[in-house]
Amino acid sequence: MPEAVIAAEGAGKRFLIHHQRATSLKERLLQTRRSQAEEFWALRDIDLRISGGETVGLIGANGSGKSTLLKLLAGILAPSAGSVKVRGRVASLLELGAGFNGELTGRENIYLNASILGLSRREINRNFDSIVEFSGLEQFIDNQVKHYSSGQYVRLGFAIAVHVDPDILLVDEVLAVGDEAFQAKCLAKITEFQERGCTILFVTHALDLVPRLCSRGLVLDHGRVLHDGDALEATERLRSLLGTAADQSGGAGADASSLRIGGLRLVDPAAPSAYKGEFRIGEALLAEVDVQVGPQAPPLAAVRVVVTGPADVPMWVMDAEEVRFEPNTSRTVRFLVKELPPIQGIFALAVALREPDGRALDARRFGEAFRVIGSSEHGLVEVAWSIEGTEEEQGAKSSASRRPRAAGDRGRR
Amino acid sequence: MLSAADVRAAAQSRIRWELLANLIRKDLKVKYKNSTLGFLWSLANPLLYLVVFDLVFTQFLRNNVPYFAVMFMSGLLVWNFFNLSTLSATGVVVGSANLVRKVRFPRVVLPLASVGFAGVHFVLQMLVFFVFLLAFYRDFIGPQLVLLVPALVVALLFTTGMALLVSALNVRYRDVEHLLEIVLLAWFWLTPIVYPVSFVQARLVPKHLFWIFMANPMTAVVTSIQRAIYRHPVVVSDGKVVQVLATDGYAFYLKWLGVAGAISLVLLALGTLVFRRMEADFAEEL
Repeated sequence: MPEAVIAAEGAGKRFLIHHQRATSLKERLLQTRRSQAEEFWALRDIDLRISGGETVGLIGANGSGKSTLLKLLAGILAPSAGSVKVRGRVASLLELGAGFNGELTGRENIYLNASILGLSRREINRNFDSIVEFSGLEQFIDNQVKHYSSGQYVRLGFAIAVHVDPDILLVDEVLAVGDEAFQAKCLAKITEFQERGCTILFVTHALDLVPRLCSRGLVLDHGRVLHDGDALEATERLRSLLGTAADQSGGAGADASSLRIGGLRLVDPAAPSAYKGEFRIGEALLAEVDVQVGPQAPPLAAVRVVVTGPADVPMWVMDAEEVRFEPNTSRTVRFLVKELPPIQGIFALAVALREPDGRALDARRFGEAFRVIGSSEHGLVEVAWSIEGTEEEQGAKSSASRRPRAAGDRGRR
Repeated sequence: MLSAADVRAAAQSRIRWELLANLIRKDLKVKYKNSTLGFLWSLANPLLYLVVFDLVFTQFLRNNVPYFAVMFMSGLLVWNFFNLSTLSATGVVVGSANLVRKVRFPRVVLPLASVGFAGVHFVLQMLVFFVFLLAFYRDFIGPQLVLLVPALVVALLFTTGMALLVSALNVRYRDVEHLLEIVLLAWFWLTPIVYPVSFVQARLVPKHLFWIFMANPMTAVVTSIQRAIYRHPVVVSDGKVVQVLATDGYAFYLKWLGVAGAISLVLLALGTLVFRRMEADFAEEL
C-alpha cells in the first residue's frame, strides 16, 4: 500500500461564534464573565488517509465543511481536535491571486507570489516563460495588475499556482471561473498532474466532474464524512442528500481519443430490439452501454453502473471489470438485471468508465432512465402483508387477512 | 529521515531569506512607485526634523549643545528605524489579510519584512548621514566607531522582538495600534535623542533613579551611537564647558548595551512565543 501523503485522525475544527467579540483590550479587561461564545464544529471526527497519486473529489452541500477541510490540509487553519499530517509541497488553488499587489506588474507579482508559495528564485526563473504562456498574458505582463480584468487576474493566479510543482494539489471550485477555453486548459492541467502522480483533492459543486476526474469521492455532511469510496456512488449519494437528480449530458469534456460513453439503451431481454422505458416489478431488464473507443484508448477498462432509485438513493451497483476494448471501434457492454426489485418509481442510471487503476475516463448520468411499476400506486415498495386481527382482546385470532391490492403473487417468481 | 517531499514542504513553512527579500522589495516598490523623487522622500522626514528641532532647540530654547545636529541625527535615525518597524509591523498581518487567510506561508516573514523595510531606509539614511559627516564633522572618525556594532545589533534584536509581539497581538486586540502610537510618542521623548543624556544625569532629582532611565533599551542604543559618532562627552564651546554625553568610558555603554541586549533577547523570545501561539488563529481572526 502506498504511503499516506495526507492523514487526518479524528480531526475537527471548532469555530467560536461570538455574539459580541472582544476585539479590544478594554473589552477583554472589563469582561468579568466568560464571553458568551457559541461553539460550532465545522468539522468533526474526520479520519482520512489519502495515498500518493489519488484524486479525491470532495463534495457536499454548502456549509458542509469542504472548504474548512481544505484549509486544514493546506495548513491555513489549525485543527481544534485531532491531527492533520500532510507530506510534501502543497499548492492550493483556493483563492487565485490572493496576495497579488495591484500596484505591481504581472511580472513582479509572479516573482512575489511564487516566492510566497514556496518557490526559489531559480525555480521561478526556470518557469517564468511557461507561467506567462499558460496565463496567456504575454502582452500585459508588464502592466500593473490593478488594470487586469478579473479573468486575467485569476488566470495569472492559476498559472502561478500550477507551476508550484506540487506533491499535493488542493483545488477549490476554481474551475467555475474563466471562459470555456481556459477551463479546458485547467482540466488538462489537472489531468497532467494526475499522470505525474500528484495527489489531488478537489472541491466542486459540478458533480458530473467528480466521477470523470476522481478515483475516489468523499461526501461531507454537516462536518462529518458521510461517504468515502467510489466517486460515482459519492455523487449519487450527495444527489440523494440534496434531492437533485438532474440529467446530465456529461461526456463533453472527456478526451475523445480515449474511451467515451456513447449512449445507453434499456431493453427487455426477451425482445432486445425494442427500447423500453417502463418495466414491471420482477421483470428482467437489459442495460446496454455503448462505448466509443478512441485511438488512444487503454486496452482494458472497467465499466460501472450505479442505479439510483426513486428517492434518489443509490440502489445497486453493477461492475464490469476488465472489459477489453479495440481502438477505433465501438463496443456495447450489456448488464442484465434478472429481476427488478419490488420498488416502484423512476430510476436513474449513472455510468462511469475507468482504467483498471481507478483513473476515471468518462462518466455520464441518465436521469429518468426507466420506470418500474407495481400493482399499487401507493408507496414505494411492494410488500406482502396481511391484517392479523382487528379485536382488542389479547389472544383472539383474526380471520381476516389481506393481501396487497391486486395480486402480490405476481411479485415473486 | 527527510525525503525530497519533506524538504519541499519545509520551503512552505520556514523562513526563507529570499521570500523576505522579495517582500521587502515589494514594500519598497509599492511605496515609491509612481513618485518621481522616489527614495529621496525618505530623506525628507529626518531632514525636516533636523531643521525644525535645530531651530527650536538651538535658537529658541538655547540648549547650548555644540554640533546639536550631529548628536540629534545620531539618535534620530536609529529611533526612526525602531519607530517605523514597530508601527508598520503592527498592521502588517491585518493588512495582509487576504494572503494570511488563503495561502500557506510562514507568516512570521510579515513582521520581519516590516523590520527589513525600515532597515533599508535606515541604512540608506545612515549612508547619507556619513557623507555629511565626512564633509562637516571629520572628527567622528576614530576607534570609538566600533561601538556602533553592538549598538546596532541590540537595536535590531529589540526591534525584531517588538515587531513580532505587536504584529501578533494586534490581530486580536486592535487597540494595540492606537496604544502604540501614543506610547511611541512618549517613548521618543523619554529617550535622550533631542536632549543630551547628561541633562538627565545632572538634573534628575532622585539621582539613584537614573538607572530606570538607562534601562530603556533604546536609551542604551541611542547613547552608544552618540558616543560612537558625536564622540565627545564634554565639549568646549565659546569658552564654556558643556557636558553632553554621560561619560567617556566604554564600560558604561557596554554595561547598558548588555542590559538592553538581555531585555531584547527576552522580548524576542516572548515575541516569538506569542507569535507562534497566535499564528494558528490568524486566519480565523481576520
